[in-house]
Amino acid sequence: MRLITAIIKPFKLDEVKEALHEIGIQGMTVTEVKGFGRQKGHTELYRGSEYVVDFLPKIKIEVLCEDAKAPSIVDAIRGAARTGEIGDGKIFVTPVGEVIRIRTGERGEEAI
Amino acid sequence: MSGKHLKCVLTALAAAFLTLLPALAMAAEAKKLNPGNTAWMLTSTALVLFMTIPGLSLFYGGLVRSKNVLSLLMQCFAITCAVSILWLIYAYSLAFSDGGGANAVVGGLSKSFLKGVTVGALQDDIPETVFSMFQLTFAIITPALIVGGFAERMKFSALLLFSALWLTVVYAPVAHWVWGGGWLGAMGALDFAGGTVVHINSGVSALVAALLLGPRRGFPETPMPPHSLPLTVAGAAMLWVGWFGFNAGSALKADGTAGMAMLVTHMSAAAASLAWMFAEWARYGKPSVLGIVTGMVAGLVAITPASGYVGPVGALIIGIAAGLVCFGATTYMKQVLKVDDSLDVFTVHGVGGFLGALLTGVFAASELGGVGYAQGVTMGGQMWVQFIAAASTLIYAGVVSFILLKVVDGIAGLRVPANEELEGLDLTLHNETGYDI
Repeated sequence: MRLITAIIKPFKLDEVKEALHEIGIQGMTVTEVKGFGRQKGHTELYRGSEYVVDFLPKIKIEVLCEDAKAPSIVDAIRGAARTGEIGDGKIFVTPVGEVIRIRTGERGEEAI
Repeated sequence: MSGKHLKCVLTALAAAFLTLLPALAMAAEAKKLNPGNTAWMLTSTALVLFMTIPGLSLFYGGLVRSKNVLSLLMQCFAITCAVSILWLIYAYSLAFSDGGGANAVVGGLSKSFLKGVTVGALQDDIPETVFSMFQLTFAIITPALIVGGFAERMKFSALLLFSALWLTVVYAPVAHWVWGGGWLGAMGALDFAGGTVVHINSGVSALVAALLLGPRRGFPETPMPPHSLPLTVAGAAMLWVGWFGFNAGSALKADGTAGMAMLVTHMSAAAASLAWMFAEWARYGKPSVLGIVTGMVAGLVAITPASGYVGPVGALIIGIAAGLVCFGATTYMKQVLKVDDSLDVFTVHGVGGFLGALLTGVFAASELGGVGYAQGVTMGGQMWVQFIAAASTLIYAGVVSFILLKVVDGIAGLRVPANEELEGLDLTLHNETGYDI
């Protein structure tokens, strides 16, 4: 099993959700995060006090899947989230040791 | 007595009575309640209280970081309550009663516990209850303004103690100097609604407090942007509307003077808002909402002493001047002097009040649309009196605030410890969080 974590630009969330839905992915977890990579921040000014704000708002999506499905999910996310501008984000694929469904107690691929 | 003789006597008596009647009527009228004026003053009182709760509370609350929003609201609310009680007990008396031998500098205690302020008692032609309440709302907002200078780092106990002492030793005497029969009023100083009593007073006291307490931890490198400008703008709008009570209510009558006071107040606010907005646009490339509402405050502050004496064009110029001068002062204080007067109380209220006091001396001239000077007074003469009033208030408030802060520091300590400041005052001083989202 794999955990696919994607950091994307916030306005791309709906597109990515649609793209995942189209390839049959039913569930995901979404978190609001802040971060930066190569994309620079911005300046804010309040009554003469200027602040450089490095952190940019991003969205983190987490999707669990069987090993075989991982490549198609990565492609779907990448296709939907890409704008071509710096700051599009990154996708991480990590192995998962165990998965349990809380309600039924199912384990492993049944629990996905 | 013959019939004809009686008629003569009666006619003479009638004539005498009719001649005396106007005099009798006038003697009665001087002490008679004017319902129109009373209704307006009741309304003004509500408007000015509204300026503190919630106007100023929201304005300040939105400007600080979210971990401190409740501390600002609490401070403004607590000051409202505490000042009210002290006003009842002795502060109204100190400001507005006859001080006997010391009347030039302070009132006495003859009106302690509002003695004599009965249902029927009159102050000119309005109930003294209403006059006292109206003045109370000014006494409330002035120490509440100072809170901006030490926001996000002052102990609540110290704040209460300082505010109580400050009301007693700074506000009441200065109010007495200008409005209560003291030396500044006697000298002919023109301060219609409190450029000195409210704005210079609070402005310089906030600066002294900011310097004594020291800057917030992390200032100026750490970003400390306002956490909710929508709150701030809502508060600012309440201040603009409430200021009609502040200035037009200071006419103490529902008449042409009040009408002009409202007009000039409004125009100064509008002019100053745009002046600050354009100045910021030119200097930094973009107009900001914080800038435009701060400009508004500067304009309202500057027109405060002038509101009963100047005309519309004078208001326009005062507003533009206030917007530009206070903008410059704020930028200078923040970027050059780097003093952490957290909410810019000195550069807006102190500087704006001083500027307004001086410009009152200019635009009161009848050639410039004002009401004109007193008999024998020249513009230069009036400006000198204005300067004395502004400078003496500034020096007195500054020096006494310094002493009071030192006293309070000795008793309670002024500043919260570093870890409490970092965690936020809402949680550490009040056991509450503002937002549970």
